[in-house]
Amino acid sequence: MEDVICTFCGSVCDDGEFDAEKKKVKKFCRLGSAKFSEKERIKAPMVDGKEVSYETAIEKAAEILVNAKKPLLYGWASTANEAIRLGVILAEKLRGVYDQCASVCHAPGTLAVIEEGLPGATLGSVKNRADVVVFWGSNPAEAHPRHGMRYSISAKGLLIKDRKQRKVVVFDVRPTKTAKMADLFIQVKPGYDYAVISALRAILSGNADVVPSEVGGVAKEKLLQLAEMMKNAKYGAIFYGLGVTQSRGRDRNVENAIKLIQLLNRTTRWIIWPMRGHYNVVGAGEVPAWEVGYQYAIDFSRGYPRFSPAEFSAVEVLKRKDCDAALIVASDPAAHFPAAAVKHLKQIPVIQIDPFPNMTTLLAKVVIPSAVYGIEAEGTAYRMDGIPLRVKKILETSYWTDEKILEEILKRVEKLKG
Amino acid sequence: MLWIKNGIVIDPKNKIKAEKMDIFVKNGKIVPEGEVKREECRVIDASGKLVVAGGVDMHAHIAGSKINTGRTMRPEEMRVVRNVAGKFRAAVGRVLLTAPAIGYEYAKMGYTTSFEAAQPPIGALHTHEELDAIPMIDKAALPVFGNWHLVFKCIEEKNLEKLKTLIAWAIERSKGFGVKVVNPGGVEAWMYGGNVKSLDDQVPGFNVTPREIITMLIKANEELGLPHSVHLHCNNLGVPGNFQTTIESIKLAKGFSNSKRQVLHVTHVQFNAYAGSSWRDAASGAAEIAKVVNSMDNVTIDMGQPIFGHATAMTGDAPFQFTLHKLTGARWSNKDTEVETGAGIVPLVYLPNNPVHALQWAIGLELGLLVDSNKVALTTDYPNGGPFTEYPYVMAMLMSRKMREGELSKVNAYVQKATGLASIDVEKTLYEIINMTRSLPARILGLQNKGHLGIGADADIAIYNLNPLETDTSKDFEKVYKAFKSAEYTIKSGEIISRNGEIVKEVFGRTFWVDARKKVDMEAVMNDIRDYFQYYSVQLGNYGVEERWIKKPERLEVV
Amino acid sequence: MLVVELISGRTLDQGATVEEKLSEEYSKAVNYIELSEEDFKSLGLKEGDRVKISTEFGSVVVFAKKGEIPKGLAFIPMGPYANAVIDPATDGTGMPQFKGVMAKIEKTEEKVKTVRELLEAI
Repeated sequence: MEDVICTFCGSVCDDGEFDAEKKKVKKFCRLGSAKFSEKERIKAPMVDGKEVSYETAIEKAAEILVNAKKPLLYGWASTANEAIRLGVILAEKLRGVYDQCASVCHAPGTLAVIEEGLPGATLGSVKNRADVVVFWGSNPAEAHPRHGMRYSISAKGLLIKDRKQRKVVVFDVRPTKTAKMADLFIQVKPGYDYAVISALRAILSGNADVVPSEVGGVAKEKLLQLAEMMKNAKYGAIFYGLGVTQSRGRDRNVENAIKLIQLLNRTTRWIIWPMRGHYNVVGAGEVPAWEVGYQYAIDFSRGYPRFSPAEFSAVEVLKRKDCDAALIVASDPAAHFPAAAVKHLKQIPVIQIDPFPNMTTLLAKVVIPSAVYGIEAEGTAYRMDGIPLRVKKILETSYWTDEKILEEILKRVEKLKG
Repeated sequence: MLWIKNGIVIDPKNKIKAEKMDIFVKNGKIVPEGEVKREECRVIDASGKLVVAGGVDMHAHIAGSKINTGRTMRPEEMRVVRNVAGKFRAAVGRVLLTAPAIGYEYAKMGYTTSFEAAQPPIGALHTHEELDAIPMIDKAALPVFGNWHLVFKCIEEKNLEKLKTLIAWAIERSKGFGVKVVNPGGVEAWMYGGNVKSLDDQVPGFNVTPREIITMLIKANEELGLPHSVHLHCNNLGVPGNFQTTIESIKLAKGFSNSKRQVLHVTHVQFNAYAGSSWRDAASGAAEIAKVVNSMDNVTIDMGQPIFGHATAMTGDAPFQFTLHKLTGARWSNKDTEVETGAGIVPLVYLPNNPVHALQWAIGLELGLLVDSNKVALTTDYPNGGPFTEYPYVMAMLMSRKMREGELSKVNAYVQKATGLASIDVEKTLYEIINMTRSLPARILGLQNKGHLGIGADADIAIYNLNPLETDTSKDFEKVYKAFKSAEYTIKSGEIISRNGEIVKEVFGRTFWVDARKKVDMEAVMNDIRDYFQYYSVQLGNYGVEERWIKKPERLEVV
Repeated sequence: MLVVELISGRTLDQGATVEEKLSEEYSKAVNYIELSEEDFKSLGLKEGDRVKISTEFGSVVVFAKKGEIPKGLAFIPMGPYANAVIDPATDGTGMPQFKGVMAKIEKTEEKVKTVRELLEAI
């Protein structure tokens, strides 16, 4: 089977070849190959560790959710839009909280969008037009292994033909694998991204004289060199990663970078885009945005959506012990949240929907296994740049899809609520 | 089955001018009396009430990556709560609305059809996902063509057959409805920071001009015989002096004819109707544009009326959006895409005491008043000019000089010298207004079963608490405004969905798309499409939207 | 004992095993810290040795590795080991500070917990 679509990272490569007999995928990277390889699954639905039917598990899940005063519905980055939509509607109906993985990943970038907007482009535009590409606090060699080849570093574009016609810059606190592919590597002191961007803005706006000889561990000459390179680009792109959103400054770092982009666009063309992690973390924000107006950290306790990351992000809700049940879909907060947040998750009834056993399985009261989108189920996903792709079903399964499970839970919830 | 009894019907398509008559509905269609059993009908007593077809919004940005990025960028827009979750969905939004709110608000106003006016071809599926999430109304989307490299290539080669085939292919793959053109050539120029300034500027890197792009797209569209004409967002949008470009663009329709409809629709003309050389001396070019439109029988326009208050500028005209960002210093989103097009989003507020905003407001009204009401449809270019929920304001304004005088006294006096609004004594009749919001937009789009109440039409009906035989629309503008704000009944495909401005039933409408594949031989363009897709970032085999992914698709085949 | 600035992040190994969290391979992919050669030496470490990471927010025992990283900086793959010690404060953004926390590193004989044991200990 050709044109198989990978449901691992935000690059969502769609040129895979799947050998149904050997159950192996060709062309994909190590992460994609791992995605398509067979691995341990949750065997059957479980309540309190005992195997039960889908119907029983769903009944129990609905009961927990309806009896909760304020359930947290979290996850959503590794499932299809069809399931996400049902999750949002379920959260609204239950007057709970909807939050998604971006909350601990790229959501500070969303806050920066609220401050300054998002001057961006699709990956295909970058591939075809960009003569300078900057990876800033992002490391595609380890997190999005084919990004460089397909879209950004060595991609063969229509107007920019190959690696030779493109300059690559990497900003990071350490010499990453991506840094080794760069024409220019700029090592920043951890937590000094904001200052470095400010220095670049100063130089580009004609105020180089106020920039000290060194900023955030970077020599002024290097900043001048980079500013010159940016100014001379015909079409430049910054791809930023968690090095920016998860370190000191968070959203303010991104906001400052967007201001830099605004400035550059006065004389040439530049875009900026986040290197989103999970294959459909974009959908996990886009779907609630059209359904209820916000991307994440949404509370429905008043019957209408309210957005406030300081209050309604999963980590804050859990740290405050402000939820009395949780539905976790396609995610593993027990592994990926700080201990202070996991603590409360251990105290409340947790329902998990996921194809694979993980740390959240260990603390869940109800576990409902599901089909893997892109392999066992079809659905819509948004690549990191918002391009929609319909991921495919290439293998039969007896597992239910997230969509079907959530549809059934929603039906039971509606019935129980009367 | 429904029996709408004793209503006062206005139905411009069928030349019914406020006549008392009964309307019968069966299986979602309007039928002759003989086809229903009266005793089985649900009877709606419409005595003394205005009965018209459901409203048709022919140009709004209601679905897809643009409005959704707008929502993401503007959480402050979402604090207006329109409905608390219960029997119906939670619905929020000030001007930018959530998908459920869009459907509910249209329905409350008696509107039952709306077209998304700009679908980026690479994001087609996203547009459809959002259209599917909008309840209550029928809908469709217009994919964007005017800056696509392969379109340029067909024009450079003067290969009309290839261009026609490309259009048929693209509309089928995007499940789109027609040919939208946004700032032809200008968006490509923007990819390197430029724009085009006249119809004869060469598009950088290509041997084509906007004039050639528009003309050849009209030719291809007409030879294909699509239901809708080319739908043009002109070059130079938002630039003082641009009315000349608009007039030149309109004149490109000369030499084409179509017995059923216009051959060129020019959209949100208010934004393209400025005289003057800068914002310091800007003035209205509406009268000149109206003269040209009225003199031609193959061009239609829509208003793009600004409404004072909040708005969000979002268009495929990416260079304009950047100019707006520089002008106002507001947040700015941009999206350059493959299958080449672009887009930008900037928040905006129209203030009555701001001379430019007042000018824009007056120009929109001038267009609505001066252009023959069979050639100008009512729009706000939602959310660019403001909310569609204020259509009743525009309707009332066009019908009442008295209301206009009152409003004029509240806006910046600059409009007195820069526009002719104060001296226009035209008062559109209710019949004309119903035409501009129903029959005309349906005709412009080529929707035969919409916008009228004749036998066989879709049973999309609005009943307003307004007796046309007893209302002086010139004097009773407050009553008119109130009546159109919330329909007494909104009926969609024969079902009552809203009563007195409250939703009573949630339904999901159809998504129309046009299939013109039978008119062409796909092989004429497939090699080129394959070539270009090597440079895009999705496989050709993974590109496009299948009918089964859409909730209620309806294919209109062109034969 | 040494004080470093600790950052967490993705790695290929972590990504390739992330859907097998209860496996040996996943543990291996995330239960280590990378230190600069200089820092590694100054603690008198050799490959396979264990260190205890302690921050204001908790402590965890992991294996020590030499990495290509500036002196004074340390890297730990994202996951449950990192999350035992990172800063859970979000400064109102919802985002904990996964990168950039001051950590005390010392050689230890304590064993490295399994992910199950880590969860139990919370």
